[in-house]
Amino acid sequence: MGLFDRHAGLLEAYRDVRTTGYDPFQIRMERVLSPTKAIINGRETLLVGTNNYFGLTFDPSCMEAAIEAIRAEGTGTTGSRIANGSYSEHVALEREIAEFYGKKHCMVFTTGYQANLGVISTLAGPDDFLLIDADSHASIYDACKMTQAEVVRFKHNDPASLEARLRRLGDKPGNRVVVLEGIYSMLGDSAPLREFVDVCKKYGAYVLIDEAHSLGALGEHGRGLCEKAGVLDDCHFIVGTFSKTLGAIGGYCVSDDPDFDILRVTVRAYMFTASLPPSIVASVRQALRVVKARPELRTQLWNNVATLYDGLKAQGFTLGPEHGPVVGVHLPDRMTAIGFWRAMLDAGIYVNVAVPPATPNGVSLLRCSLCAVHTKEQLDHMVEVMTGIGRQFGVLPDKQLRAAGAR
Amino acid sequence: MRTAHELTVENDGIADTLTLTRGISRAEVIREICVHLEPYQAGEKPITGETVIAKDLTIDSLAIMDMVMELEDRFDVSIPMSVIAEIHTVDQLADTIRDLRAHS
Repeated sequence: MGLFDRHAGLLEAYRDVRTTGYDPFQIRMERVLSPTKAIINGRETLLVGTNNYFGLTFDPSCMEAAIEAIRAEGTGTTGSRIANGSYSEHVALEREIAEFYGKKHCMVFTTGYQANLGVISTLAGPDDFLLIDADSHASIYDACKMTQAEVVRFKHNDPASLEARLRRLGDKPGNRVVVLEGIYSMLGDSAPLREFVDVCKKYGAYVLIDEAHSLGALGEHGRGLCEKAGVLDDCHFIVGTFSKTLGAIGGYCVSDDPDFDILRVTVRAYMFTASLPPSIVASVRQALRVVKARPELRTQLWNNVATLYDGLKAQGFTLGPEHGPVVGVHLPDRMTAIGFWRAMLDAGIYVNVAVPPATPNGVSLLRCSLCAVHTKEQLDHMVEVMTGIGRQFGVLPDKQLRAAGAR
Repeated sequence: MRTAHELTVENDGIADTLTLTRGISRAEVIREICVHLEPYQAGEKPITGETVIAKDLTIDSLAIMDMVMELEDRFDVSIPMSVIAEIHTVDQLADTIRDLRAHS
């Protein structure tokens, strides 16, 4: 048996995808022009699939901070925090994120993936229990492959399902760590966090929440779902990323646990990788200041969410369950999703296409992510384009039929 | 810890008297599993205890995990992910469920 034979099924699916002419997994942005525009296939394209929720990738103050940091401290650290030392900016960034959440400790990681991978796999030990939402991100699942704890899944966003599993553990010794996400990345839905926290309190379980997609977007100060739900103090570990709202790359975990810093010498995804370069640390610190200083970006983001979500809903599209910075558009199958995606690209609009096995319940999706600096005109135009393609593909009822009330 | 493989029991009657805790027969568990697997039946070949779930049926790994959650709630047990990974056949799944029930 050849090395790649076991991927035969996946290869076949991938071949299907490429028959559309474009390969969505190898899309090339020939030139990125702004948070919302790029040249793709030679034409200017509207970007609605970048997770760039506040549009800070081109914020002049963040860009300047990064440039200054390169001039002052060079392009990279060329080593890990543990073996090669921290720059004072790493420490300052950690202090600022801890302060942002009102927590005592913060650890910064080189990517958000590594933050989840390292923290989750290490927190729970051999006799402990990890309870994860069924729709968890790949980084959480990968952490579960590395952990020595016993891992049990509960039904997505279902506190009763979690409770049943905590109850079944009975009086078995061992810590319980429950892993949740603020906003789920495929359908843009939020966890019923308050209910989850109540269940966790009842059973003495620790709560770890990944606010990757909710940092900036949710809560009065943009701290995420934990702030919006009023349970910041009940979330023992908050993980997040610099690669979405903060416009760079990196991850973090904050906590009030007095012994939290032991993770610096136990989490291998922290210990054995190079630390973030000075430019990234500087732009992230500045981006965090922007998030604090400009709450209007959050308002703009949610206005844009409403424009796209309500616009598509009114046309008859099947969407994720609630407004969110990610808007997932359900399509009947993989090939329709790929064809629809390609038609949108031909019309100058870039979104993400998500097909099994990357999606929950085997659904095929167009995954749109909004940006605070999209204009209403751009999004109205997008709804029009998608409506036209939707009719062509038979995903939406024909206009005349609809007018006649025959569906 | 005992694994599902070691639990394969030749005679249903004996198995039931051995693990009657929270009384549920092996046949009943298998029947319930088959209800969940029927939509994934490939061709005319019937689903039996020896059916290899991931190989003989059209079900993918994610759908298997989701089915397991349904079975967990139906039989009030939790099957750790590492244990799920070791289960191949319908029989093994049924025995795992009955073993967990007996020991909870």
